[in-house]
Amino acid sequence: MEKEGKIIKIAGPLVVATNMEGAKIFEVVKVSEKKLIGEIISLKENVAFIQVYEETTGIACGEPVFKTNESLLVELGPGLLGSIYDGIQRPLNLIEKMVGAFIERGIEIPSLNREKIWHFKPLLKEGEEIESGDILGVVDEEGFEHRILVPPFVKKGLLKMIKPEGDYNIEEIIAKVETKEGEVNLKMYQKWPVRQKRPVKKELVPDELLVTGQRVIDSLFPIMKGGTACVPGPFGAGKTVIQHQLAKWVDADVIVFVGCGERGNEMADVLIEFSKLKDPKTKRLLLKRSVLVANTSNMPVAAREASIYTGITIAEYFRDMGYNVALIADSTSRWAEALREISGRMEEMPGEEGYPTYLPSRIASFYERAGKMICLGKDNRIGSVSIIGAVSPPGGDFSEPVTQSTLRVTKVFWALDDALANKRHFPAINWLISYSLYKERVEEFLREKVSPEFPELIKLAQKFLQEEAKLQEIVTLIGAESLSEKDKLILEIAKSVREDFLIQNAFDEVDTFSSLKKQYLMLKAIFAFERKARELIERGLKLKEIEGLERLKEKIARLKYLPEENLNELEEVIKEIETYQHV
Amino acid sequence: MFKEYKTIKEIKGPLLIVEGVKAPKYQELVEVIMENGEKRLGQVLVADENLTVVQMFEETRNLKIENTRVRFFGKTLKIGVAKEMLGRIFSGKGKPIDDGPEIIPEKEMDIQGSPINPYSRAYPDDFIQTGISAIDGLNTLVRGQKLPIFSGAGLPHNELAAQIVRQAKVRKTGEGFAVIFGAIGITFEEANFFIKNFQEAGILSRTALFINLADDPVIERITLPRVALSLAEFLAFEKEMHILVILTDMTMYCEALREISGARKEIPGRRGYPGYLYTDLASIYERAGRIKGKKGSITQLPILTMPEDDKTHPIPDLTGYITEGQIMLSRSLYQKGIYPPIDVLASLSRLKDKGIGEGKTREDHPGVLNQMFSAYAKGKESRDLATILGEASLTEVDKKYLKFAELFEEKFVKQGINEERSIEKTLDLAWELLSLLPQSELKRIKKEYIEKYWPKKPI
Repeated sequence: MEKEGKIIKIAGPLVVATNMEGAKIFEVVKVSEKKLIGEIISLKENVAFIQVYEETTGIACGEPVFKTNESLLVELGPGLLGSIYDGIQRPLNLIEKMVGAFIERGIEIPSLNREKIWHFKPLLKEGEEIESGDILGVVDEEGFEHRILVPPFVKKGLLKMIKPEGDYNIEEIIAKVETKEGEVNLKMYQKWPVRQKRPVKKELVPDELLVTGQRVIDSLFPIMKGGTACVPGPFGAGKTVIQHQLAKWVDADVIVFVGCGERGNEMADVLIEFSKLKDPKTKRLLLKRSVLVANTSNMPVAAREASIYTGITIAEYFRDMGYNVALIADSTSRWAEALREISGRMEEMPGEEGYPTYLPSRIASFYERAGKMICLGKDNRIGSVSIIGAVSPPGGDFSEPVTQSTLRVTKVFWALDDALANKRHFPAINWLISYSLYKERVEEFLREKVSPEFPELIKLAQKFLQEEAKLQEIVTLIGAESLSEKDKLILEIAKSVREDFLIQNAFDEVDTFSSLKKQYLMLKAIFAFERKARELIERGLKLKEIEGLERLKEKIARLKYLPEENLNELEEVIKEIETYQHV
Repeated sequence: MFKEYKTIKEIKGPLLIVEGVKAPKYQELVEVIMENGEKRLGQVLVADENLTVVQMFEETRNLKIENTRVRFFGKTLKIGVAKEMLGRIFSGKGKPIDDGPEIIPEKEMDIQGSPINPYSRAYPDDFIQTGISAIDGLNTLVRGQKLPIFSGAGLPHNELAAQIVRQAKVRKTGEGFAVIFGAIGITFEEANFFIKNFQEAGILSRTALFINLADDPVIERITLPRVALSLAEFLAFEKEMHILVILTDMTMYCEALREISGARKEIPGRRGYPGYLYTDLASIYERAGRIKGKKGSITQLPILTMPEDDKTHPIPDLTGYITEGQIMLSRSLYQKGIYPPIDVLASLSRLKDKGIGEGKTREDHPGVLNQMFSAYAKGKESRDLATILGEASLTEVDKKYLKFAELFEEKFVKQGINEERSIEKTLDLAWELLSLLPQSELKRIKKEYIEKYWPKKPI
């Protein structure tokens, strides 16, 4: 038993302890007899500054602090999928079982169920040379192939023993490896320090679209598998709905959803929805491909800071198996605020708006954990982690430090706009200031996978939206009636792009998700209409006089409600537009 | 068991600094005993054996550095709660101030509360009919929601809150609410307005009032909402009651918080408010909702006045990030003589989607709601255009939208202070207004509903 420290000061989540000789930075400690979990964030001679992940109310000066010699770890193994954890990976469902609906302190529960039996199927044979990342075997987790990997710390070795196919719990030794340093026992789970990136062989350039089913995103501002996106917006602009939509519909194999300092009811909503909805690709329940980390705004601040790292480490673990993982964090601003609060209590010199000066570097190193990677292991399998982070700028002002530091490192920017939200244009992504730096690479992808025409149609749509913005300025000066027929058509088409294509109702069971093919056909219909109308105008007709067009316009407006299985109807509408004859 | 010290070093605003306290506990209860025997309460804000900082719950006026004793109780502030607190009036600390008998507590509760496990929450989806069209029709409130009223000085937020309290009921069951009313730094007249209102509506007997008037100690504003919510949690989750909590004015609460933060010489965040304002507000607002397997619920309706009607001010801004929407009052509507002056476009109810539609309100509600929003937004754009260019320059359709916007404000938003509209009436009214527009404009409503609900005779 090591010598205990002694508390000399408590201020909110910050505890200062003396007699802490030999302690390390970022070492986990247990604070007081209640064994509250904390982490050392600063050392000064034998005095340690500890951020505590639980409420410190009632803790007294003079109480002990116990060292653990470990960093903040997460447990990685079968049982992660479908779980809901707090910021330091304690299962919330078990906490409920132990103490009821209100969370208490000092609860120690293992993150993964030790008793549960999993069916393990070995893939390697005794006597084989193995290296870190090799797949020892697989566990079927309700339809998901959970690959049990040789952990990174076992560099190379000889497989001395591997258990035959059978049922085991995660504590059982399933393999023994002989390494230079000696024999190592492997279990079905491993532990990993959250603040440390998990190693890979090589990083690749993302080149595959992460399909979200959200038209404005996939078509206009796409994100790639292994990419990063930032969604800032004032309250009420629909950040949360977008995050939920992505969590439901992105074509990733695993979703890690981090609710960081947000509303409790929203997490309840995610839980309920995920246990009802099915993944469109695999038909498995969404919950069974997801890991939820929930540290709501009224849960301890310091754990909010940790929750982001807990989430990304879990995401990296699934990536290492060769899966595409999407991490969705709502909201990184609350994480930054937690940093600020702790920094303030440590009386550090503040940077911009009271945030610590190391905020930009922390944000950057978090987003750098995304990417498309060649994973460890002999088979050179490829996995990716995409990060989509929501930002909540005070007053909706994008010039604030968290938004700015995030924009410097992310490749996609979905700017949510209050004015659009007020008009109930959802998703309220402003098409004039948002961007995606993946655009060109995505074009190639779309040309190949959907249709060579698709990227051209997207460019057209964007061109019309920009022209509309210009024309709007004229309209406010001289009125719409005085525009030329050609310009009126531009306004008409831009309106159609906005209302019939960009607006997407997350709460409509059909409209909530659009396949790439549907997106392509919808745009095709809009621009078939544009060509037809332009022809007629060039023949000297006036838009208003062409009654048949009204009928077609109405059909276009209802295309979004066409179910995916009836896309042939959509093609019929296009044909009808193309063959329309004015009489 | 308690420890007593006479070693006050400094008195600064609401803070005391005491030297040499042995083993102080974070947030433990402190009692300060003055020379004349008068006692005042406080709690430990920074536990430090050299210099412990104590935050007083009461004024520090007349406190002396000499001969004042400070007692440390070794336990945190708890409040005794009981069902019989309904019908009574209390101070911000939870002491009765209505000359009634002392409360015999059924349970002791820590006023800080504990966070509800997100896993244990039941999602709120029971439609509350407030009888107010702008709320029920477009920004629907559900049981267990926290929906603040964003107002400004001089706007009728009190009248609106009182009307909601009088009329709110769950349609499915007809159940009403018990009310917990927290007055934070408001004037005597305002407090009186509410009390009178509750009396006239005959609901005073199921209302508990916690009152801290503008001239009461600022520091009690910090404890008031926590005491009130502790009672709410007790009634909702142990007595299975449905509780409606009104907290007004949250702006005064935040200012009290700023005052203490200033006295502690903390690094200020935006506009001098402490950096932890978000977390602190969350510890109040998140104490709302429903819990799986329990019958009761807490619905919160905080009121705040936005300084200069600015919703980007830190108080409304951070509130909006925590609460499930907001009801925004508009000065320009009020000046037009429209009560309730609810700006529906800037208002939002995040939980409405699961509380409306078939089985909750009516099948056409979601579509109608979306259509009304976009039609009113377009009408307002047309109005802006018409002010610059004159109405004649508008297209035919735009003219219809303009008309829609006018009637929308006059007929839909505007209603009497005692007028209670059923949800059906609200929706029928919406259809009447929508029938001003060509049917082809109604892109957000399913065709079958247009056929079913399109009014037989247009207005």
